[in-house]
Amino acid sequence: MTPFPKLLRTTTFRLALLYLGMFGASVTVILWVVWRTTAGFMEQQVADAIAADIALLRQEYQFGGLPRLIATVRDRSNDPHTNAMYLVLSPHGVPLAGNLSGWPKVMPEQEGWMHFQVAPSGGPHGQPATASAQGFVLPGGLKLLVGRDMSVLDTLRHRMVASLGWVVAVTGALGVAGGLLLSRRALARIEAINRTTRRIIDGDLADRVPRTGSGDEIDRLAANLNTMLDQIVRLMEGMRHVSESVAHDLRTPLTRLRSRLELVLIEDTDDPEVYRTALQETIGEADALLATFRALLSIAEAEAGGRAADFQPVDLAAIARTAADLYEPVAEEKGLTFTADVPDAPVPARGNPQLLSQALANLLDNAIKYTPAGGRIALRVDGAAGRLEVADSGPGIPADLRERVLERFVRLDDARATPGNGLGLALVDAVARLHGARLELGDAAPGLSIALTLPPAAEGGGPSAPASRAGG
Amino acid sequence: MPGMKVLVIEDDARAAAYLAKGLKEAGHVVDVANDGKEGLFLAGAEHYDVLIVDRMLPGRDGLSLVEILRATGNDTPVLFLSALGSVDDRVKGLRAGGDDYLTKPYAFSELLARIEVLVRRRGAGQPQTRLSVGDLEMDLLSRTVRRAGREIELLPREFALLEYLMRNAGSVVTRTMMLENVWDYHFDPQTNVIDVHIARLRQKIDKDFPTPLIHTVRGAGYSLRAAPAA
Repeated sequence: MTPFPKLLRTTTFRLALLYLGMFGASVTVILWVVWRTTAGFMEQQVADAIAADIALLRQEYQFGGLPRLIATVRDRSNDPHTNAMYLVLSPHGVPLAGNLSGWPKVMPEQEGWMHFQVAPSGGPHGQPATASAQGFVLPGGLKLLVGRDMSVLDTLRHRMVASLGWVVAVTGALGVAGGLLLSRRALARIEAINRTTRRIIDGDLADRVPRTGSGDEIDRLAANLNTMLDQIVRLMEGMRHVSESVAHDLRTPLTRLRSRLELVLIEDTDDPEVYRTALQETIGEADALLATFRALLSIAEAEAGGRAADFQPVDLAAIARTAADLYEPVAEEKGLTFTADVPDAPVPARGNPQLLSQALANLLDNAIKYTPAGGRIALRVDGAAGRLEVADSGPGIPADLRERVLERFVRLDDARATPGNGLGLALVDAVARLHGARLELGDAAPGLSIALTLPPAAEGGGPSAPASRAGG
Repeated sequence: MPGMKVLVIEDDARAAAYLAKGLKEAGHVVDVANDGKEGLFLAGAEHYDVLIVDRMLPGRDGLSLVEILRATGNDTPVLFLSALGSVDDRVKGLRAGGDDYLTKPYAFSELLARIEVLVRRRGAGQPQTRLSVGDLEMDLLSRTVRRAGREIELLPREFALLEYLMRNAGSVVTRTMMLENVWDYHFDPQTNVIDVHIARLRQKIDKDFPTPLIHTVRGAGYSLRAAPAA
């Protein structure tokens, strides 16, 4: 694989080539215009001067006859600085006057123009000069030739052609070099991204695309790729954590369940009560397993996110009242003081009422579970802010662990002795994210406070909002 | 209430066999259909007290099967069984004409309790203003409860819970059914909150009286009935 065909396939190189073409075309047009306005203009001037000369000499001949014509031609030819050329021939071809030795041996071209070489006649460079001339026949058979030394114009032409060549060459070289440089640089950066991507495909997920920090397209591409990789790594870690936890949290009770059944079989007793007890305990364990499974499914449902489309108007106050109603006796049974501060007026929001209820139930459940007897639990609903808050006087959660408890199956060491599957707060977190709600874990000093703040109902723009206002 | 005629429409033969066995042991008569077509034919040809319909069936799915039954004027109570457990799926099932919805895996006692309540409810007829079980009376208009003539003070939710128990007196009512019907919670809270509520209700209904009315049914739930458990 030579690098060159690869280079040809890159977009940047093609763009560079296109640029080079456009640039070259522009330069060509400019040069052509310059050519026309300099060389063309000078040619025109020469032609005009010759025409004027001819007109004058024709007049001289008309009014002064041959002697006057010869005198004028001689006079003009003898000017050492002139670049004009004259020749007067008799009808028999004998030179009568002028600074040319003979009639040029070329055929007249368009409009009687003749272009020919002349021997050095003391010109500035002493080189053979080119000349352009007009020849014609005067009345009486005299032949007259008027021309100009074109060396200067030729020199200019040559210089212009030479510099045009240089310009084209330099333009081409610069364009190609620039194009190569540009494409190679861009190619190198994209190649770096490709290399990183290949390493990641090969399994090194920790690798990241290098960034230049310039903020251009390629840098932004690198940034986006890195963000995407971070997200994928997070998701994968979450998945791995869940599968490990599922393996642990489901395998352990399944093993226990199996051992129990096995032991009963080994025991081989005739007492039916033994079998009955074993079966009932087995069913109890199966139920616990199913509860864990259901909790995982609920989280998956909340995390699916697509359900946000099915949100309906909900009353947070009603949700809180029902939950308080359900949990107040449970808290009191445990010797906890339960207070519910819920406004009488509806607190409208948009959401999934079952999931919101479940999230609140989980918060109350946790608070009751972890607060020792004699403690307090407070459920508050802030109608203006759309906030549900559960505070307890339990041990709380240290600030540095608050993020962690939202993860699935994470149970702080103190909590391991308490029954539960470690999915309660993970569900709350998933429900909060589904609703675009803010979940804040704070210090209730002492204890834990968890607040769920829902976005205002009006933001959802539900068609039912005006209807409920009319109803209320 | 034994002796119900039940049609099970379930494509998984083993699951259907377990279900049929359990229902027969509970004293019911069971027919099994293994696909939607057969189920629709049987449900139309014979009279059943209740249909147990799997939501996902080969050929014709459970939802459209029940929709067709309802469209043809068949109002046999339907309990949906489904592996889909989200609130949405439940709502869809009920909207299609189902009367109740149970997510797999379920406890057999839960299923049994639910179909009995479904059939009993169908027989209840017109709305009542008074409920009575033994010497326990409930006046739904004045919202008062008396036992043996003595008035018992109940909180609103205790009243609702007792009303649900009394309406289904004699049947087993599971914790999940109470959560669904009294609190409208279609999920299982982590703690057994219902037990605490029942304990409170017992304090008020049964504590000062010689014969308890609220009975615990092990592995299933509770039952309100005048006669002691058999």
